[in-house]
Amino acid sequence: MTDGDMNRPANTGPSVLPAQRTSENSFAGLGGVSSPDTAADEFSPRTALPSVEVPTRTAPAPAPDVTDAPGEPLPRKRRVGGEGYFKAVTTVGGSAVLAIIAAIALFLIVEAIPSLRANKENFFSYLKWNPNPLDDAHFGIASLAFGTVLSAAIALLVAVPIALGIALYLSHYANKRVATILGFAVDLLAAVPSVVFGLWGREYFAGPVTDFSVWLNKYLGWIPLFSSETGFGHSVLLGSLVLAIMILPIVTSLSREVFMQTPREHEEAAMALGATKWEVIRTAVLPYGRPGIVASVMLGLGRALGETIALAMTLGSSFLISWSVVEPGGNTIAANIANSFGEANQQGRSALIASGLVLFAITLIVNMSARAIVRRRKKFLAAAAT
Amino acid sequence: MTTLTITDTGAQLKARRLPKWAPWAIGAAAIAVGLGGVTYAADGGPVIGAIVAALLYFIALVVISTAVEGARSAKNRAASALIGSAFVLALLPLLSVAATTISRGLTRLDGDFFYRSMNGITAFDAGGGAYHAILGTLEQVGIAVLITVPLGLSGAIYIVEYGRGRLAKWIQFFVDVMTGIPSIVAGLFVLSFWVMIISPLFNDGRPAYSGFAASLALSVLMLPTIVRSAEEMLRLVPNSLREGAYALGIPKWRAILKIVIPTALPGIVTGVMLAVARAAGETAPVMLVAGGAFAINGNPFSGQQTSLSLFIYDQAGTASQYAPARAWTAALTLVALVLLFTVVAKLIARRSKLTR
Repeated sequence: MTDGDMNRPANTGPSVLPAQRTSENSFAGLGGVSSPDTAADEFSPRTALPSVEVPTRTAPAPAPDVTDAPGEPLPRKRRVGGEGYFKAVTTVGGSAVLAIIAAIALFLIVEAIPSLRANKENFFSYLKWNPNPLDDAHFGIASLAFGTVLSAAIALLVAVPIALGIALYLSHYANKRVATILGFAVDLLAAVPSVVFGLWGREYFAGPVTDFSVWLNKYLGWIPLFSSETGFGHSVLLGSLVLAIMILPIVTSLSREVFMQTPREHEEAAMALGATKWEVIRTAVLPYGRPGIVASVMLGLGRALGETIALAMTLGSSFLISWSVVEPGGNTIAANIANSFGEANQQGRSALIASGLVLFAITLIVNMSARAIVRRRKKFLAAAAT
Repeated sequence: MTTLTITDTGAQLKARRLPKWAPWAIGAAAIAVGLGGVTYAADGGPVIGAIVAALLYFIALVVISTAVEGARSAKNRAASALIGSAFVLALLPLLSVAATTISRGLTRLDGDFFYRSMNGITAFDAGGGAYHAILGTLEQVGIAVLITVPLGLSGAIYIVEYGRGRLAKWIQFFVDVMTGIPSIVAGLFVLSFWVMIISPLFNDGRPAYSGFAASLALSVLMLPTIVRSAEEMLRLVPNSLREGAYALGIPKWRAILKIVIPTALPGIVTGVMLAVARAAGETAPVMLVAGGAFAINGNPFSGQQTSLSLFIYDQAGTASQYAPARAWTAALTLVALVLLFTVVAKLIARRSKLTR
């Protein structure tokens, strides 16, 4: 009898209606089934169905006005309607993202055209930014684009090794509790608004960086990067270091995720061959995570290229192509938009929008390639998991 | 034969290793030399002293480890030391930002700061506050939430529950891409689309800068974050819950509204709050489309507004001996606000029963 009781849950599958249970229970009790063979499983619903189904179907029929009660088949039209509307609404919500990206490109182009027509210089090769005179506009993004790439490159050079170190520390060195706390600290770094970093960089961090610049210039001044003729201060170095701090958490979080996904078998195989911890990381973790590292670096690059306020507050805002990172100066497309917006007239705004369009295109390309890598990776990961 | 060789070489099977206290001893010695020798004796300053100490530690560790344990183990120790030091390097700016913001922000943390605006405060006046800025931030972010939550949630539902085929793939891909759009581009978009083209229609032909325009720009930034987090949460809802609902005859859309979303709700709320925390700290888009203001303007739909982050930027650029203190206090307020949202979001996430 106890055997029969234990078999009962196996017999009552999810598809069995409540009304059938009584008959099935009696079946199990009568048979006293000691071994649950499949014949008994299939037999019970077949005999039970026709005898009990009739009353359950007829019961709701006298109340046709209650159409909304869950569990009842709704009138066909209404059901299709609700479902259709809901699906349409969600489709619109999803498509909004595509629409917004298309709209960004469209409206930036539309608003950029007037100033580009009035421009008397080559937009891509002219250095200065003087778009406001109505009949005499001269502006170009050459120096801005150079500054954007230079500051982003330095920021990546500084941030990526440190970020990968943190990611490895969190995924393979720290124990779980420490990793949680320290991971939270890195998240906090990501939560600090960029304007606060800008303020900190301008009011506090500028001091140590200036000292460091003087030192660099004293001993390494023969390298063009560290030469200076105009003193030291709000330099590309300061902006790039602030930028490096800001992209650190982005690179860390994605690469940490990738490192954690390294197959345990790969690591254990390396350990079984007598590898030290570093050799495990070099032979198993890093090769496996390489696409993820590339993607995280590109995400960091996207952020670095588009960062505005922190750079507007820390860079010296010049319009030169200068390789010196220690002398005051430097500018980026985004920082220039923030700095020049206040004094821009209608045409000046249009010119700024034109430079923003270039920035949008660059970051779009960078982000799309990063995401394409991650996406391909995801498939690979899924394949490896099965 | 084999047993014989093992007993012969038994003593060498175990590699020689440094004792556990060795790295600590080397570290202590390096600090003593670096700080004691360079900072005080040679007058090199604490920063140079710390750098010398770190370099000494690193070199000594590698040399001693190579001599005792061999090259492979030395490499391992060097890598561990580098990876550990990366962490210290990252924590330093975090601690520095926190310490500076708190110490300099406390100077103006008074009642005036939270109950007054900058109306009529000139460069020579000490008082002034950020009431108008805090109000602006809350209104702009609030409207942005009202816009993005329905839109983002329905987008996530489409991706997870309905989306099949090419459209869903494109949407998913571009949601990811959209998270990387620079905030200044979002600001320029709303500037060109709303402020310069739409708003003149009901403002006598002149472009209208307003708090609502700022919330539109913030919405562009928040939308992908919300879609992404909601999508992840909806995917975590077990399929058996959906199937149970279908088995009871509930149509799919009601199952989504009544069962899937309530189950995923804590996670969705977390995503929204993290997006809010990010949006509250954005400066560039607000600067481009809200115009900035010194007086209290509670109406986001008409007249210029400012926000807490824009207030910081303005004050940092104002030539007045009192402005930096206001900027720092505003920074402290903003960081506290953002951290509050972040921490509450993480706490809510912890209560969620859905786990990866």
